[in-house]
Amino acid sequence: MRPDLDYIEHWITNGSHVLDLGCGDGSLLALLHQRKQVTGYGMEIDTQNILACVRQGVDVIHQDLNEGLDDIDDQSFDTVIMTQSLQQTHKPDRIVEEMLRIGKQAIVTFPNFGHWTVRSYLALHGRMPVSENLPYTWYDTPNIHFFTFRDFEVLCRERNIKILERTVVDRNHQANWKINLMPNLMGEIALYHITR
Amino acid sequence: MPTEIPADSVGLIQPQSAFFEEALPLRCGRSLSDYTLVYETYGTLNADASNAILICHALSGHHHAAGFNSVEDRKPGWWDACIGPGKAIDTNHYFVVSLNNLGGCHGSTGPMSQDPDTGRPYGPDFPIIAVRDWVKSQARLADRLGIDCWHAVVGGSLGGMQALRWSIDYPDRLKGCAVIASAPKLSAQNIAFNEVARQAIVSDPDFHQGRYFDHDTRPKRGLMLARMLGHITYLSDSSMREKFGRDLRTGKLNFNFDADFEVESYLRYQGENFSDQFDANTYLLMTKALDYFDPAGDHDGDLARCLSQAHCRFLVASFSTDWRFAPERSQELVRALTRARRQVSYLEIDAPQGHDAFLFPIPEYVALIEGFLGSLATAEGAA
Repeated sequence: MRPDLDYIEHWITNGSHVLDLGCGDGSLLALLHQRKQVTGYGMEIDTQNILACVRQGVDVIHQDLNEGLDDIDDQSFDTVIMTQSLQQTHKPDRIVEEMLRIGKQAIVTFPNFGHWTVRSYLALHGRMPVSENLPYTWYDTPNIHFFTFRDFEVLCRERNIKILERTVVDRNHQANWKINLMPNLMGEIALYHITR
Repeated sequence: MPTEIPADSVGLIQPQSAFFEEALPLRCGRSLSDYTLVYETYGTLNADASNAILICHALSGHHHAAGFNSVEDRKPGWWDACIGPGKAIDTNHYFVVSLNNLGGCHGSTGPMSQDPDTGRPYGPDFPIIAVRDWVKSQARLADRLGIDCWHAVVGGSLGGMQALRWSIDYPDRLKGCAVIASAPKLSAQNIAFNEVARQAIVSDPDFHQGRYFDHDTRPKRGLMLARMLGHITYLSDSSMREKFGRDLRTGKLNFNFDADFEVESYLRYQGENFSDQFDANTYLLMTKALDYFDPAGDHDGDLARCLSQAHCRFLVASFSTDWRFAPERSQELVRALTRARRQVSYLEIDAPQGHDAFLFPIPEYVALIEGFLGSLATAEGAA
């Protein structure tokens, strides 16, 4: 199981109604259902992932998140989650706004483009960084909007979004003193728990 | 039938029939004093009768969904691609029931049956049947077969509407509801197509106000036209282009009004074939059942409120090139189900065949049905 899911679990209230945007094979929802008795849905664009969800009894809706979430009523979910997909959407700021329109709270996780390896790769090689955590070349990457933790926090400030909690970890989803000291330089993945 | 029965076929199947003496009150205000339902079953009902799946047929369907009725049959049942040992609806695991709906023309009580009040065939006097009436009659068949709760009710197109109606009218009698290539109600365009089909039939001089049997004739031309029109709406532009293009039957234009193009002769063949096998009054009736279906109508048009009565898990599936019941129509249903916080999964399957795609064993589609039915057996689900 992906270790970031463990962190997310702590931010979810028992029995809440949850929407997982880009839910993949449904692991997170299956876990949250089992441990937190949540209800709700995943949204996913990939057919094989959708089939994996259906097989394990996770309710999943086929939806391209870039086409918007207009159909969903305001505040109809307790928590809207998006793990490791925000950087892949056409309008990430719009998605975050929408998550907080349809959900009372949101949980967002994303890779940090401000990590020191990324910064030094670009500085030293003069080329777009490719690493274990960001394995794609610039022309075929699904990650079309790169941003750093600081960028995200600036966005939250500008849009009056309140950050309830933040966890910054390395690629193995471990936190350490270096990350705690200089998160935007040392952290690879951030998990944000936000609300209005 | 092929010389040898394929290993994944349910094999030779005998249709069965059930007679019901209890009157069936209908939505139109009338009632059927008694009636017969013809059905087939595939697979074996388990000890606690928990593995039964009901298949609901579409406009021109019937009870013969899988296998062969006789060694002379050239083709298997209409959904043989998806029902059989090891297929999407696996008869090694499930007991499958498929019936001919009331008003049909394949053995169940319908316009061709004798009206007990007059001793003559009902013909045009057969009451207009609504989707909820079919579902009520199917529930009585379930009682007869000892099935208290369906593992799932599955249907495509008009069959999907019956599955949906089951979830609303008998919420405790199904665990899963698969609504495929369907819609929560017809659009004006859908109704318009049905109206043209009906006009084709009733304006045929051989129709005789539906009493064609009294005149020893049948409105074959009208029924053929209706089917030709319907058939166009079941295919996609791209599938027709792929199948026929502008291919000519004789390799040249003939400068007359005969069928020059392959697509014309195909439609004529399909229409003619159909008009030999199908009853015009049944066709009229089925199109009306489609037009009238609108479960939200009982709830001020609020489909979410209507569906909040359901407790089963839903599977909604659509096909990318279906324009008769386009993916948007399935999304309408999904939206209402999520608004009502019902358990639902939805997939739009990328398929070139148009509305007809629901009859094909498209791998993702097969995996979807199989996965859904399997998940109902194992868990309560995560939503």
